Amino acid sequence: MAATIRITHDFDVAEECVQDAFARALASWGEQGIPENPGAWLTTVARRRAIDVGRRRDVAVRAQRFLVLDDAAVGLEILESDLQDDRLRLIFTCCHPSLAIETRVALALRMLCGLSTTEVAKAFLVKESAMAARLTRAKKKIALARIPYRVPVRTELRGRTDAVLLVIHLLFTTGHTSPVGENLSEANLVERALDLARMLHGLLPEDAEATSLLALILLTDSRRSARVGAEGEFLALADQDRSKWHRDSIDEGLALVGQSIRRGRPGRFTLMAAIAAVHSSASHWDETDWAEIVGLYDLLLEAWPSPVVALNRAVAVSFAQGPLAGLAAIDELSSDPPLSTYPYLSAARGDCLVRLERFPEAREAFEEAAMLTENGVERDFLRLRISQLN
Amino acid sequence: MAQYLVLIYENEESWANVDEATYGRIHAEHNDFGKKHGASLRGGNALEPSMTATSIRKNASGEPVTTDGPFAETKEAIGGYYVIEADDLDAALAIAQEVPAKFGGVEVRPIRVMD
Repeated sequence: MAATIRITHDFDVAEECVQDAFARALASWGEQGIPENPGAWLTTVARRRAIDVGRRRDVAVRAQRFLVLDDAAVGLEILESDLQDDRLRLIFTCCHPSLAIETRVALALRMLCGLSTTEVAKAFLVKESAMAARLTRAKKKIALARIPYRVPVRTELRGRTDAVLLVIHLLFTTGHTSPVGENLSEANLVERALDLARMLHGLLPEDAEATSLLALILLTDSRRSARVGAEGEFLALADQDRSKWHRDSIDEGLALVGQSIRRGRPGRFTLMAAIAAVHSSASHWDETDWAEIVGLYDLLLEAWPSPVVALNRAVAVSFAQGPLAGLAAIDELSSDPPLSTYPYLSAARGDCLVRLERFPEAREAFEEAAMLTENGVERDFLRLRISQLN
Repeated sequence: MAQYLVLIYENEESWANVDEATYGRIHAEHNDFGKKHGASLRGGNALEPSMTATSIRKNASGEPVTTDGPFAETKEAIGGYYVIEADDLDAALAIAQEVPAKFGGVEVRPIRVMD
């Protein structure tokens, strides 16, 4: 918007151009796919439209309007700050409260980061066809109801951030674990998630959840260099060389968790960040305070009764109370529909069974997991574990 | 500028139990709303209760069949409407959330632009 206003010096026209650009973006992206840099594309289209609109007006008026029109406009040089602003506007628009929360998350993942519909469906543990239909409906609503392309005003900002936090978090986890494809992580998505988290924290420095989201991403991402072994193989938390963890990210993350914990009743991101902090504080796997982690998961499950959270808690239980207790907790969950094709559930079962020395059952569980995962690196890791059972 | 229809949905049983004073207050609220957002309003009316409604559907032979009552039986019935003009949804919602709808809420629907 700022860029477009510079050209037209007319807020109404500028707004109209940007809305138009956004509507066009929604229409054409559906057909042609997401451009390399959605933010720049939007600004570019908006500027071109503003120039078009300007040209149709009175010559004298036009001369005034194009005051700041210089090489920058012709060369369409996009400033870094414009791109950041565009991204933020886009994410708040995609997270408008008039859209269902699942829709907001799906739309932002698709529009902001160019995830494929398949990848978005995986993040939601739903079928691709359902996700495609949802995205089409959402774009239609944005266009027809005229959801505006802008950052909410201060008074609305706090209420509108919850959905944005969810989006950024899913964005990060998708990038961090990337269920589809051969590489374990998509660095681009992770960088974008980190960027957005910092931006949001800057906008709302008093918001504990926004602070915690940034902490969570920093703490989880601090392990990026230790997660993949020399041959590109996946390394579980237990096997990671912790000297490869990035200390500055950890220090920053821990400081932020400390801040947010002090702000009253912890929300889901504060609890997740606290769990990550417990891991980050242990210099070795054996020194992990699992009882603390289970306690935090209990609180998290209250705030967020999700089957994936319940699974993570069950894994924590297996380390705090032993593999038999863990297996029992996991088995309670395997009848849950979204989890029945979730590879991590089978892998977690397999892990408990190995520790209980029930090897044939463990093999079955790992084979099931290997079949369900679409990530090549993870599949190799599971096959390795199967071969180790022999 | 776009136009939006704001439909007021309310529980009619609650309305039936309203006393004179409350009724007067609600009426005044609508007047205040009309004054405050006058520039954005393009129409609006209260409707007689849903028991006064008559619905028409076509039968298998294409003939109109008239029935007593609203088209859809819902917990809340449409009690009134406003037509507002607004640049975008946020502007429309800012106005719509001030519509008095004590026993229910409102639906905000964009009005289709026909060329």
